[in-house]
Amino acid sequence: MTAAVAAARRIPVPLVVGVGLVILMACLPLLNISVPGVLPTPTYQPGTLALLSLAMIFAALALSYNMLLGTAGMLSFGHALYFGAGAYGLGIGLENLGVPLWPGVFVALIGGLVIALVTGAVSMRVSGIPFAMVTLAFAQAGSVLVRRNSSVTGGEEGLSLNTAGVPDWLVGVVNTRNLYWATLAVLLVVYLVSVWVDRSRLGHLARATRENELRVRVLGLEPSRARLLVFVIAALCASLVGVAYMLLQSGTVPRSVSADLTITVLVIVVLGGVGYRWGAIVGGVVYTILDQRLTVLAGSDMIESLPSVLRVPLSEPLFILGALFILVVMFLPGGIAGTVDSWMSRRRAGSAHGDAEMSDDAPAGRIEGAEQVLETAGQEARS
Amino acid sequence: MSTLVLVLLTGIGLGALYFLVASGLSLIYGLMHVLNFAHGAFLTLGAFMGFEVARRLDSTSWWAFAVSILVGGLVGAGVAALTELALIRPLYERHIEQVLVTVGLAFAAVALYEGIWGSDPIYIQAPAWMRETTGVLGAQVPNTYWVLMAAATALLISLVVFLRYTRFGTIIRAGVENRAMVTALGIDVRTAFLLVFAIGGSAAGVGGVLAAHYTGYVSAHLGSTLLIFAFIVTVIGGLGSLPGAAIASVMVAVLQQFANYYLGGTGDIIVVVALAGVLLVRPSGLLGRRFA
Repeated sequence: MTAAVAAARRIPVPLVVGVGLVILMACLPLLNISVPGVLPTPTYQPGTLALLSLAMIFAALALSYNMLLGTAGMLSFGHALYFGAGAYGLGIGLENLGVPLWPGVFVALIGGLVIALVTGAVSMRVSGIPFAMVTLAFAQAGSVLVRRNSSVTGGEEGLSLNTAGVPDWLVGVVNTRNLYWATLAVLLVVYLVSVWVDRSRLGHLARATRENELRVRVLGLEPSRARLLVFVIAALCASLVGVAYMLLQSGTVPRSVSADLTITVLVIVVLGGVGYRWGAIVGGVVYTILDQRLTVLAGSDMIESLPSVLRVPLSEPLFILGALFILVVMFLPGGIAGTVDSWMSRRRAGSAHGDAEMSDDAPAGRIEGAEQVLETAGQEARS
Repeated sequence: MSTLVLVLLTGIGLGALYFLVASGLSLIYGLMHVLNFAHGAFLTLGAFMGFEVARRLDSTSWWAFAVSILVGGLVGAGVAALTELALIRPLYERHIEQVLVTVGLAFAAVALYEGIWGSDPIYIQAPAWMRETTGVLGAQVPNTYWVLMAAATALLISLVVFLRYTRFGTIIRAGVENRAMVTALGIDVRTAFLLVFAIGGSAAGVGGVLAAHYTGYVSAHLGSTLLIFAFIVTVIGGLGSLPGAAIASVMVAVLQQFANYYLGGTGDIIVVVALAGVLLVRPSGLLGRRFA
């Protein structure tokens, strides 16, 4: 939060690495790289491109969720609602309104925005844990609506994309490459929005609110508006990711509105490291690839030959991911990014003593901050 | 008239089921400020264990039913106590992490149940009387609803007696009121934490067995759906308030049943709208104390 951080941000090393990574990712469909055990096929083939695109979808969704949990310290269980609004919004726009792709995207985003504004404004009547419960209830209502109105949303069957209005270069397995690039662009947009939010006055206000809401109020600032704005921006990003998901998968199922998906995203953000943008991306990629690999592993002969005490848990990828998540929360509070970051700053601390303490990316700071918001809420409740 | 009575009574019965889940959630939140996402997993485990026990005995007999209730309660209490000791206690006072751990547990547990019992619902058997109906004012009310009401009433009475007339109950009530003061008086609140978790877990376990009889089947996702309604009930009733949870359970369930019957199956949506309404008018819930 201080000059040290501002100075650190001016160092272009992360920028160089980031631009390099984006260029590398953009070139992947043109290269023939095989990573056995991690990627199913060489990188230019649709199998791997689809997997990587899905990983980027999750990374972008995790980034948008990180704006809520990392920046504003809001534990929401309803983030899937806005993702689903994007996906279903596009699907319904194309199917029922018969509009071409771009107006369809616009309709989907507007839909996501309106839903986010209404549900956000109501849920922000409470904060902390009650906020988590209320957002969950809204997402559940959305999920029920989607499952019930099968004539519009396809119900349990899901809604498939009506490709009549979609340009040819975005349709079909042949064009997985183009979809991959489109997804990369969406990830980039969400990342840039996330950077902008974190650096803007809005982000500062949201972080300050996370740390101590009362003090922000005493300073004459309006914490609730900043929070709502961050909430809506994050939701809008989620809707955009939902649109990309709909195009990528050429369809969507009710699971994309469910609490399950939000919990998946929460797992990704915590695995990656709450409050770290690159952590959310790493988490998304690691989660997707792990999920895919564990599913392959679950069906393998090695697992089949184990006694049932070991076979049953090991053949459930979600069980392993859940257990991994518990272990990370208990023993690795900063997640992947936090652990790497504190390891780096400990190494740096040898040369420049004291820098580590100054960094606002200090591993524990983020989640403790969020907790402090809860504590404040608790104290007010007691007073 | 008879329809009205039927909808009302089934609403109260459903509310009783909500209360079995919500009471534990509300107590745990009131004392420890922990939102227990794994509560649904306790419930599901109770249901599966009750089912397994009843299946091995004679599942249409009354004593098998009684044993399955007992087993459900014990399993729920046991697994909840273990959760508190192994997962919640090491993260003392770190509320967000505590929530995350219970989320992870719920996530892993549902996957494990699917691995063991499969993802399809398993239909269960019950004593013949449970499948029948009883006529009240011309309405034929299924007997499971009476069992639910009896169980919830018994739970409410025993909780009130326990909280009011025992030493641990006093500590828990004092802890909800002002935990810092209780600790300052030299009382180890951690025992109370464990106890509250065990009580909540056993209520959920019993609730699981009864929920299985209510729906007619057990499945790995039995708890997840109920948990969301239990959350809504605890927020509407006021977090940490037991009477609030009781009143809100019945109100929410009756509203839900009426909307399902008279407004074309819109019950779930109406409940969420009611939640939004309560939050706009009274953010702290019906009987809750003020929170930001």
